[in-house]
Amino acid sequence: MGSMLRQCATVIGLNVSSIPQRLLMSLATILSVAVAVGVLLGFLALAAGFRQTLSGSGSQDVAVVLRGGASSEINSVVGRDQVRLLEVLPGVAKDAEGKPIISSELYIVVDGKRRSTGVKANMPMRGIALSGVALRAPARIAEGRMFSPGSNEIVVGRGLIREFAGFDLGNEVRFGTGTWKIVGVFEAPGTVFESELWADAAVVQSLFNRGTSFQTVRVKLTGPDQLEAFKAAVAADPQLNLEVKSEKAFYADQAGGTAQLVEMVGMPLGILMAIGALAGALNTMFASVSNRAAEISTLRIIGFSGFAAFVGTMVEALALALIGAAVGIVACYLMFNGLTTSTLGQGFTQVVFQLKVTPEVIQQGVIIALAVGIIGGLFPAIRAARMKPLLGVTQ
Amino acid sequence: MNDLDLVSKNLWRKPFRTTLLIISVTIAFLLFGLLNGFLDSINRSSEGNGAAERLVTLSKVNFTQPLPISYIDRIKAVEGVTDVTHASWFGGYFQETRNFIFSFAVDPESYVRIYNRDIVLPAEQSAAFVADRTGLIVGKDVADRYGWKVGDSIPLKSNIFTNKVSGDNTWQFTLSGIYTGSSPADTSSGVFFHWEYFNETKTFGIDTFGNATILTVDPARNGQIAEAIDAMFANSRAETATQDEAAFNRSFLQQQGDIAFIIRAVSLAAFFAILMIVGTTQIMAIRERTKEIGVLKTLGFSSPRVLGQVLGESLLVSLLGAAIGIGLVALIFMLVNGMKLGFFGVLSLSPEVLGISAAIAVGLGLVTGLVPALNALNLRIVDALGRK
Repeated sequence: MGSMLRQCATVIGLNVSSIPQRLLMSLATILSVAVAVGVLLGFLALAAGFRQTLSGSGSQDVAVVLRGGASSEINSVVGRDQVRLLEVLPGVAKDAEGKPIISSELYIVVDGKRRSTGVKANMPMRGIALSGVALRAPARIAEGRMFSPGSNEIVVGRGLIREFAGFDLGNEVRFGTGTWKIVGVFEAPGTVFESELWADAAVVQSLFNRGTSFQTVRVKLTGPDQLEAFKAAVAADPQLNLEVKSEKAFYADQAGGTAQLVEMVGMPLGILMAIGALAGALNTMFASVSNRAAEISTLRIIGFSGFAAFVGTMVEALALALIGAAVGIVACYLMFNGLTTSTLGQGFTQVVFQLKVTPEVIQQGVIIALAVGIIGGLFPAIRAARMKPLLGVTQ
Repeated sequence: MNDLDLVSKNLWRKPFRTTLLIISVTIAFLLFGLLNGFLDSINRSSEGNGAAERLVTLSKVNFTQPLPISYIDRIKAVEGVTDVTHASWFGGYFQETRNFIFSFAVDPESYVRIYNRDIVLPAEQSAAFVADRTGLIVGKDVADRYGWKVGDSIPLKSNIFTNKVSGDNTWQFTLSGIYTGSSPADTSSGVFFHWEYFNETKTFGIDTFGNATILTVDPARNGQIAEAIDAMFANSRAETATQDEAAFNRSFLQQQGDIAFIIRAVSLAAFFAILMIVGTTQIMAIRERTKEIGVLKTLGFSSPRVLGQVLGESLLVSLLGAAIGIGLVALIFMLVNGMKLGFFGVLSLSPEVLGISAAIAVGLGLVTGLVPALNALNLRIVDALGRK
């Protein structure tokens, strides 16, 4: 057993020390693995970042109420009378004065321009009350101040300002009959709210001609376990044709489609490129075996086993693939991790998010590189193990 | 034995290595063809047919905001406007929300007239649609998917609106016609019905429309006409933004993110990786044959001729790989089109993609062959024969 290990170690040493003879091909293999891993990781990081931002947005003990069948905030309508009915249902949390903690909101789409390309894009403008701001725990004003109720003032999410032009602090924007002043910038790190504009709900109602209707209602529950009771109470009231979800579930549902689509595109692309890299790895390793034909034969004559020859070649292939993976991962991390971008979410508006090269994403990259290394090493290694001892020397 | 024989003999001396090289080239072109075919298809389906000559008027706030229906007559009166129609988003689905349908309430007569290239249907079906207040015309793709026939009664649900007659979100329609595009490659995934019927039965958003489509006397004057329309509604409760239809569709598509950029980046990365693999392998393959090249030169083959042979070899790898890759793309597109998934239209390889592929294949062959060919060209016979 010990001799076998020593044999393997010797052959591995010989393989590795002969890499410089095939430097160009080895580098090509490393680079092609790196490119395949990099492309795969880019797509997966995109999906992971989008999913993280949406799933980080909701809390368990807040219920989102939409009109039945609406499925997204933009399609929903909820009347003022319905809001009153919701206020008295079981499970609704009360503040110190005994008033229900509930936020009726409007969700209107306005145009912004992408800073990078200047192309128009959909921005969500949320009509909200100060009580609604309080429902979003991580949100705080970073610059300027909060809008004052009853005035044409807007506060803007940090993410939105970063990606879209036209909403800088101090600017005035005109929508329809109203001119709005941007008075503050808010932060809500890692949530979808950072991609929104917030203004006073009553002012939005009047300037966008919405009467007394709202679009969604957020209800603070006394605890996450109260969701089912609240849901049942809504279902039991024939005047409320409404749909209830926990805020967490609401955003998680929205993440699904888009993130899956990105992964469905990224996976086949990564795998196709990995097959290309595999062809390179096989060529390199076959070259390695035929380069060292005399060497391997000599070793066999002096008593080394075929297994040692097999291991030497396998290890070389795996080393090349793993170095490639490392290069791909590091490059991808440096280029993409934390990069901010945005796409059209289920709410029909832009969601700003950061690409995230997470451990799970890295793991996928390593798996695909290992597959290239194992398959790319296997056949050449078998050839090395089967090499006839004398044939190689006489050639 | 001519030069081509020599080239192919050399190429297949190590069949496995050459096969692997061709596979890597095939994959690069497979990716290139698939991605660009896909990009073409979404560009085409979003821009419609020659839409650059038509203008679209939408709310200046955002295209999801409605405009008053009274605007249509005022737009009609603008000098240079020859025809106007309008459409309103319905947010429709059939039975289940996952059976989503691109559905619009339109002014039937003018809509079918202006979109006569996108909506082609028999004259009697068209007349029936205009005459029946609850009439519905559907694209052939939709009709095939749900097995609908002319005369069927179709209930459609909306994820936005409520019907004050039924009290829920369902509207009943009678299928008056099934349309196709003017060429077989066109998609027909839309559904259209009467704006009047919709307007009288919905509970809110009454007397509004979503977007207007405008034809003008001369597309060259479109810029000026668009300005005149927007100026007319400036400082009103609902300001407008008018632009050409193709530009609007493009900007809508770009909301998804820069798809074109991602596709270009991935194609480039694939080509770069393949270039490295093929190039280095080719260099090694030629180096192995140094002695043979020396023999050829001794026999009187001129240096340019040897150069041509080496280049020919790498060109052959590249062209074979490209041909197989693009062939596979064509096959995949045929299979996907056969499945009639509907959501990204008909996939096809445009002449541009074919042309660019051919150019890249030749370029790849030349670049990967260049270094080994130059080595062979400059090789001195004495060195070649002396090398082990």
